[in-house]
Amino acid sequence: MDYALQQLLNALAFGAEYSLVALGLAVVFSIMGLVNFAHGEIIGVSAYSVFLAAALGLTSPIVAVLLAIAAAALAAIAFERVAFRPVRYAPTTTGLLTAFGVSIVVQNLFMLLISPKPQSVSILNGLNQMWFFGPFAVSSLQVMELIVSGLTILALVLFLNRSTLGLAIRAASRDFATVRLMGIRANRVIATAFAVSGALAGIAAVFIMARRGSVSPDLGFSLVLKAFVACVIGGFGSLPGAAVGGMLLGFIEVGLLVVLPQEYGGFKDALTYVIIVALLVYRPEGLLGQRVELGDKEI
Amino acid sequence: MLKVENLGVRYGAVAAVRDLSLSVGQGELVALLGPNGAGKSSTINALTGLVAPSAGRIVLDGQDISRVRTEDRIRAGLTSTPEGRRIFANLTVGENLRLGAATRRDPKGVRQDMERFLALFPVLSERYAQAAGTLSGGEQQMLAIARSLMSRPKLLLLDEPSLGLAPKIVVRIFDFIGQLKAEGLTLLVVEQNARQALRFADRVYVMSSGVLRFDGPPSGLADEHGLLNLYIGG
Ligand SMILES: Nc1ncnc2c1ncn2[C@@H]1O[C@H](COP(=O)(O)OP(=O)(O)O)[C@@H](O)[C@H]1O
Ligand SMILES: [Mg+2]
Repeated sequence: MDYALQQLLNALAFGAEYSLVALGLAVVFSIMGLVNFAHGEIIGVSAYSVFLAAALGLTSPIVAVLLAIAAAALAAIAFERVAFRPVRYAPTTTGLLTAFGVSIVVQNLFMLLISPKPQSVSILNGLNQMWFFGPFAVSSLQVMELIVSGLTILALVLFLNRSTLGLAIRAASRDFATVRLMGIRANRVIATAFAVSGALAGIAAVFIMARRGSVSPDLGFSLVLKAFVACVIGGFGSLPGAAVGGMLLGFIEVGLLVVLPQEYGGFKDALTYVIIVALLVYRPEGLLGQRVELGDKEI
Repeated sequence: MLKVENLGVRYGAVAAVRDLSLSVGQGELVALLGPNGAGKSSTINALTGLVAPSAGRIVLDGQDISRVRTEDRIRAGLTSTPEGRRIFANLTVGENLRLGAATRRDPKGVRQDMERFLALFPVLSERYAQAAGTLSGGEQQMLAIARSLMSRPKLLLLDEPSLGLAPKIVVRIFDFIGQLKAEGLTLLVVEQNARQALRFADRVYVMSSGVLRFDGPPSGLADEHGLLNLYIGG
C-alpha cells in the first residue's frame, strides 16, 4: 500500500513537472509555430539567477522562488526580443534552428562564465523534506509539485479565458493577422506568451533545484526533450493536450519502472517510446490535437 | 476621409495592384467592384497594413499612414472586416466581440455597444457563450461586422461580405450595411455582387487585373452597361 501510494505520487509529481514545461512549449508554439528548444535554457537562466543570488548572500527561500520565476519570465522575453523576433516571419525551420542556436550559446555562456561542473545550491533544500501522515512517509516536494502545478494550470486557464490578452493569445493561435486587425499589438501578444511560458519554466526550475540541490549548464535540456514528447502525445499546440500529455508521460515512465523486473529497468526509455509510437499510430494528431482547420465554415 | 494615391501591391513578381488612386469622403459609401483576382483584397490589406504596398500613399484624415503599423491604423479609426469573415472560431461569440473592443478604454460604452449588437442580431445573443465556429456562414458574417464595429471605427472596409452566403442572407447583410451608412458611418465595400453593393453606393470604382477601370456614380456604371458585363458579369 505504502509502495503503491509512493509510486502514484511519483507519477503525479513527474507528470506535473512535464506538464508545466510542456505547457510552456505549447503556449509559444500555438501562436508562433515555434518549437522553442531554448526553453531548457530559460530554466537554466532561472536556476543560475538563484545560484548567483545565493552566492551573493540571499538566504530567503521565498525570495529565491520569486526570483526564479521573474528571471525565467524576463529571460523568455529577452530571447524573443533578441533572437526570435528577427526571424518571426521566416520559415519554421529557421525558427527551430535559431532556438537550437540560442540553446547552445546560452549553455556555453553558463560554462564559460560560471563553470561546466554542477554547482551546489542549497537555498531551496528546505522544500524537500519527508512528511509523515500516520504510517505514510511522503516527499513534501512531490506534494508541492502536484499542488503548485495544479494551481498554476488553473491560473493559466483563467488568464486565457478571462483577460483580453489571454483571449488574444487563444485567437492568435489560429489567426494572428485578424488579431492585429482588432488593434491588439502583435508584439505584446507574443511577449506575453513568452512571459507566461517563462514563468512556467521558472516554477519548474524551483522544483528541479529543490530536488537536485545543484545547477548545471544542461539543467533543463533533457526535461525539454521530455516536454516536447509530452506535447507530441497530447497534440502539438494544444494546451490541454500538453497538460494531459505531460501527466501521461509521467505515468508511463513510473508505470514501466513498477512493472518491469529490476534487470530490465534499462529498457524503460525504449519502452516508453514504443508506447508513444503505438499511440501516435492510433492517433497521429496526438490525443487532443486537431487536424489544422484552414478557413472557416461556409453555410 | 481616405485618400489613396498611386497604390501598388506586389507579391514577388506578381503585380496585384498597379497605380491605384481612390478616395472615400466623410459619410460616403463607396463600392469597389471587380472579378476574382482583380486585386480588391490586396487593396484592402494594403489599407489596413497587413500587406506592405510597393508604391503609393495612403492618407487618412490628412495623415499619411502608409508607414503606420496595422495596430495603430485600427486605433486611428480604420478597420476592416476581412474576406472570409475570419471570426475566431475557437472563441465564443462574446469573446469575439470583446476582442473587437480591445482598443477601447470605456467599459461602459463597450457594454452598451455589445448590448446593441446582441439586440440587433438575436442569434448572437442566443449563442453568446458558444464557440463562434458553430455559427452558420451568415451568422458569422454578422458577428464579423459587429466585431469590427466594436472598435467604433470612423471608416469601415468590408471585403466581400456576400462571399459564400445564400441570396436571402446577402440581402439582410446589405440592409444592415445600408443602416450603418444611414447612421453616418463611412464605408468602403468590396464586392463581386454588384447588384447588392450598388443599392446604397454613392460612388463606384471598378477594377480588374490590378488596374482601375471605372470611377463614377452608380448610374454611370448602368449607362456603360458593357462595363458590368465585361468586368463583373451581372
Ligand atoms: N499572398 C499572396 N501571394 C501571392 N499572390 C497573391 C497573394 N494574394 C493575392 N495574390 C494574387 O494577387 C492577385 C490579386 O488577388 P486579390 O487581391 O486577392 O484579388 P481579389 O480580392 O480581387 O479577388 C491575384 O492574382 C492573386 O493570385
Ligand atoms: Mg478578394
